[in-house]
This record gives sequence, structure tokens and C-alpha cells, in this order.
Amino acid sequence: MPSLPLTIAEARRALDAKEYSALQLAESYLAAIEERDGDVHAYLEVWAESAREEARRADEIIARGEQKPLTGIPIAVKDNILIEGRTASSASKILEHYRASYDATVIAKLKAQGAVFLGRTNMDEFALGGSTENSAFGPTHNPHDLSRVPGGTSGGSAAAVSAGLALAALGSDTGGSIRQPSAFCGVVGLKPTYGAVSRFGLMAAASSLDQIGSIARTVEDAKILFDAIAGHDTQDSTSLPAGTYSARKEKHVIGVPRAYLAEGVDADVQKEFETSLKQLADAGYEIKDVELPALRYALACYYIINPAEVSTNLARYDGIRYGLSVEAETIGETYTQTRAAGFGPETRRRVLVGTFVLSAGYADAYYRKARAVRELIRADFASAFETVDAIALPTSPIPAWKIGEKADPVAMYAADIFTVPVNLAGTPAISVPGGMVVRDGVSLPNGFQLIGAHGSEDVLCSIAQKAVRS
Amino acid sequence: MERAADIHVRTLANLARIEITDAEARSLEKELPAIVAFVDDIQQAVASAPAAVPALRNVMRDDSSARACGEYTERLIAAAPASKDGYVKVKQVLSRNT
Repeated sequence: MPSLPLTIAEARRALDAKEYSALQLAESYLAAIEERDGDVHAYLEVWAESAREEARRADEIIARGEQKPLTGIPIAVKDNILIEGRTASSASKILEHYRASYDATVIAKLKAQGAVFLGRTNMDEFALGGSTENSAFGPTHNPHDLSRVPGGTSGGSAAAVSAGLALAALGSDTGGSIRQPSAFCGVVGLKPTYGAVSRFGLMAAASSLDQIGSIARTVEDAKILFDAIAGHDTQDSTSLPAGTYSARKEKHVIGVPRAYLAEGVDADVQKEFETSLKQLADAGYEIKDVELPALRYALACYYIINPAEVSTNLARYDGIRYGLSVEAETIGETYTQTRAAGFGPETRRRVLVGTFVLSAGYADAYYRKARAVRELIRADFASAFETVDAIALPTSPIPAWKIGEKADPVAMYAADIFTVPVNLAGTPAISVPGGMVVRDGVSLPNGFQLIGAHGSEDVLCSIAQKAVRS
Repeated sequence: MERAADIHVRTLANLARIEITDAEARSLEKELPAIVAFVDDIQQAVASAPAAVPALRNVMRDDSSARACGEYTERLIAAAPASKDGYVKVKQVLSRNT
């Protein structure tokens, strides 16, 4: 039997060498989930029987010598990614019993490779939040300190990988939702270039910001999973045709926006950031300052565009075609009472703010202004990438907080300062382990973030591998 | 010129089709202005209409159906909260009063 935790690379080697079977590998993870997920609550639902079936089929593929990189590899899937016939709820009561009618493209690609799906993981409702506390089905607990949040919105996926309850996981990232929980849980999280991975079958939060990405124990694993799910998809008109971005010549220079880092970062987080930078310098990278002046508006820009797009995307949850439907007298009341009953507090806040910034009399000052500022942010990144391979920042200014500690929504928004600019610009970014910090006597993971130019996942991962500090 | 935001929670809730209780309205009357205040400094930024985004382009498909008629009907109707004879059933939308 395999001894967990493993990496995809190691499992692939062992499966192909017939040291154990895909069924044994799946059983090991199912046993680990049984033993430990009661405390962590990474999973909303475990698909034990179908996972065993998928593992048996994977074993047949391996026996025929036709295995692909992900054949027999046990993956956890965030609850907002559709798998035909299975429940997907975006951790919301409004979709609690919804069964998907089709496979997301990323799922179809993984099925074609014979991957094994262990279960669906917990998240903040509709991918709105930063801690997985906004799940309608209870929070997930950080495996490093169960009294603390795992981060969000892909908290379940990050916690599952961290606790050895999945070999790797799919998450989604709209403003940091893969990178920040990966940082809080001490694992690797990759948000691809916007358009690199199809969004077909991902429940949309903010359509110009969302990307599905990979969470894994190593950079190599995150890249293997990314390669398996990436690619142009005719069913997602925002997905990029091959060759959209040309390969870049490496400069071996890392940019640090020192002005943006100036305040609000915990002292030991700053210290760990400098240590990671030094490791890259020792590996031969030049570290230089870059100016990204428009980033001072990044949080405001993001927290206008995100609610605006969310308010539009969530209009479909109205009790008519799927999901919760409250019995009411009129069709109008069907909408308003269903949405009142089905949406949690943060979802409701986000939809109302979005409605406000799009409303007559305010749309120019807020939404259209934010769209214009977004272009300034894109331009700042484009200009910086003329002279650097990647931009380095801490993933989060603070480590994982205690469950229930941040009652004020705005305090949670402010903690997204280093992740949201990436989604606004559409560039890829990765969070890797960057040392530990101590809170209340407990060691907590700290994340180091690298941001790459559009389409540069290869270079980004190659640099990231050198930055990892366990 | 900056415009002080005037946030009418009940109006927004009507537009967003979400019913709210009086207690919820009272707490939203504190929370929403705080969020809008958090993003308010966008008004300080000097930026005009967004330029065209190079990687976005119009994607066209043939004006024909990609799927066989009825291929997903059963699945989709099964997901609907109420249905009848292959139709999603809803409350009356248009009033017959003249």
C-alpha cells in the first residue's frame, strides 16, 4: 500500500512500476479522508464508490500500457466545477441538491486521462470570500491549526492537499482564491493566465476574472495538473487559441514592487518574503525594484468589478430552472423569496453592491471608472514585464486568522491586496511555500507569490521551483 | 467631481430581486456604505474609457444547432423545480387584466 502523502510524480512512477494499483492508491486516500476529514471538513461529499470504479478503470489502462500523466491519480474537485450527474452546489443552499447536466471541460479532459475524483471540496459560497467561512455548510479547518481558517475560496481543496486527503486538487481563482488558501495551508497553488484553462462548466462568479487552476504539494505537480486541463476550448469563447502569447526569452530578473509593499504586511511575513527573495538571488536571479503605480487602486477596482459581474452572473439563481425554489404567490415572489432563502450574507452583500455600482447615476463613477483603471493596471504589468521575468510579492500580508475572527467583510477584502491585481491584469501567478510564521505558539505556513507575464506558465513554474522553502 | 453615494438598500434589493427583512435592511444600511466607502478612492484615479483588450476578440459559430433536438431535454427538465409535459412550469408572468 502506498504511504501518504505523495506527489503526482511519485505516484505515477509507482503505478507504472506496479508497486501498487490505482485502486490501492484510491483506497489509501479514502481511508485518510475517513480518518481525518471529520476534523478538517475539506470535503462536502466523498465519492467513494465511483472513485473505486474510476481507479479500477485506470488500472486497466495502466495494464494496457496506455497511461497518461493523470491516469489513476486521485484528485479533489472544488464544489463549483460541474461533473455530469453529480451534485455541485458552489457551497450554497440555493444549489444544495443541484445535479450537473454536463461535464466541465476540465473534467472531460481529466476523465479522458483516467483520473480519479475523490469528492467535491468546500468553498466560500459562490466563490465570494477569503476564508471558506462563507460556506453554507460549515467552515473548513486549517490542517496546521484547526482553530484557524484554511483561506478561501478554495479552502477545501487546499486543506485536502495539505492534510494528505487528495493527491492534488482543482480550485478556482477570481481574486486569489487558489493562491491564498494554498499559502495558508502550505501547498502550491497555480492560477493560470486568463483564458489558458476553459471556464466551461465552472459556475461563473466574475467572468472576466475567474480561472480554474491547480493545487498540489509541489510546483512540478501543479504544472502537471495545469498541463492536463489547459487548452483552447470552443465552448468557452474567452479561452485562448494556441499560440496567443509567444514564448519569452528569460532575463533572469525578478521585480519587486517595493512601494506597494510599504505597509500593512506583518513583520515576520515581510522577513520570510525577503528570505525567499534571497534564495532566488542565490540561485542567480537579479532582484530589482519595479513601479506599479496603478496598483494603489487595485483593491477598489477589484471590489467594484467583481460585485458588478457577480450580480449579473447570480441573477440566474431565481428558483425557475434549477435549484432551490420557494413556493410563492407570484413569480416575482418566487424570485425574491428563493434568493432570500438561498443566498448567504456575503453573497447578498456582493450582489447588492454590484447592483449599486451598475445602477444609473453611479455606473460611470464606479463601474466604468474601474474598467478604465483596470487598463492602467494591465499597462503597469506589461511595462514591468519588459524588464523582468516575474514579479514577487507575499501571497498574503497576514497568515491564517482564527475562524470567526474577521467579522467585518471589508477587513477580509483588504487582505486580498497582493492577489487581486493579478486577476485584473489576467496574468498567471503561483503561490509556493515560503517559510513559516508563528501565531499563539503554532507554526503557520507562509506563502511566496510569483506573477508571470501572460502565457508564461513554463518560466513562472521554473522560477517558482527554485523559490520553494519548506 | 465626486458624488457622495446615496445607497437605498430597499431599492437595490428590489433591483436584485432579493427579499430582505427590516432587520436585514438595518444591518445592510451599515454594511453597504462601508463597502462602497472602501472602493470610493477609485474616484481619485485619473483614467478614461478603457482601451481595446488585445486578447479579446469576437468568436463566431455557424448559425446551426450543435446538438440533436431533445438531447438534453429530460436532464434539464428534471432539474427544474416544477415542470409539466416537458415544459418548465412557472407562476403567471403576464397579467390578463387590461
